[in-house]
Amino acid sequence: MRRPGSRFGGRLEPFSHVDLQLYAGRSLDIVTQAELVTSFAPVRADFALSACGSAMVEAADHLAQEDERSNRLFLLLLEGLRTLALSPATPSAVLDGYLFRLASVAGYHPHLDACAACGAPGPHDVFTIAAGGALCPDDAPFDAHPLDPAVTGLLRRLLGGPLSDQRDAPEDPRVRRAAAALVASYLTYHLGRPLRALELVER
Amino acid sequence: MAFEGPVQDLIEEFGRLPGIGPKSAQRLAFHMLTIDTEDARRLANAIVQVKERVRFCVRCFNVAEQQECRICRDPRRDPTVLCVVEEPRDVMAIEKTAEFRGRYHVLGGAISPIDGVGPDQLRIKELVARVGAEDVAELVLATNPNIEGEATASYLARLLKSMGLRVSRIASGLPVGGDLEYADEVTLGRAFAGRRDL
Ligand SMILES: [Zn+2]
Ligand SMILES: [Zn+2]
Repeated sequence: MRRPGSRFGGRLEPFSHVDLQLYAGRSLDIVTQAELVTSFAPVRADFALSACGSAMVEAADHLAQEDERSNRLFLLLLEGLRTLALSPATPSAVLDGYLFRLASVAGYHPHLDACAACGAPGPHDVFTIAAGGALCPDDAPFDAHPLDPAVTGLLRRLLGGPLSDQRDAPEDPRVRRAAAALVASYLTYHLGRPLRALELVER
Repeated sequence: MAFEGPVQDLIEEFGRLPGIGPKSAQRLAFHMLTIDTEDARRLANAIVQVKERVRFCVRCFNVAEQQECRICRDPRRDPTVLCVVEEPRDVMAIEKTAEFRGRYHVLGGAISPIDGVGPDQLRIKELVARVGAEDVAELVLATNPNIEGEATASYLARLLKSMGLRVSRIASGLPVGGDLEYADEVTLGRAFAGRRDL
């Protein structure tokens, strides 16, 4: 985005949910009107929240296609920022839930139960990122490491539940870190690049 | 469409500057063709001089012509108060207000997770070292009132308060001479939140 001077002041800032009127320019569209819906002020004001919010926006920005409607992605981003704005005890857990669900919305749905290769009903204890999820004993590479069932359980909750369920994550920090690392690698693999903002997220 | 040799080189050099797009770069380059050789030489010389003579203050990282900048060398400035800013140009802006009599610390940017700029890329370690070594009791955080500046201020506030320092943030609000009606709601909201007794 190129900044249009100060005409719209604080409305056109990252995190801001705005209602825009655009004029289709030759290469870039031009903002002719901007109405603020919400600025997610609490997310801006706190470093830990701001880092998580930045990672959310960065991931959405990579996955959204220009000139294409992405309703589900947009609604998920709103849900993410709204949940952060409630100042959750574990913002990084909210972020992990968001990222895992974002992968699914973007067409990289992680298969946690049925085998991602042949569809054999699970649960299976091997998960590979490249295959997009769990693999049955027949499809699992012989050197694959089995996943801790506690981690699989958390991944299932991350993928299935509303983000507000992660506000106060009760899990063992070790399990949470393992799940977070898996979610990050999963997204990095499918995005084809690491998320820079993830480095500043406090775990 | 490419022009020949030196003209094209100049267009490319201008195009690398912040805020200059290809059109502006071309316009500037052609403007250079029309000005006196003497004027062109003066411009070129000013650029060379600024690179050769100006450096950064070893204490606060403001621009300086000696080891330390003019402000750090001035014994009349209050050494107990530090104002933390993003860039040297912010020092200049605050100096023009004549409101602040302490010293500065220039971070060299702001934390921007999306751009991969974290605390380690800024002069925050140096700030913490200064606070420990100098007689600093109070810090005024004057980073920009945008996402990056606020993330930086929030990070620094947490860090510095844990060291037992007094930390304040400059207010943000309405421009003087402006009109309430035209203020955006984020700015107006801030102005309300930061209101004070009269
Ligand atoms: Zn299978
Ligand atoms: Zn100095």
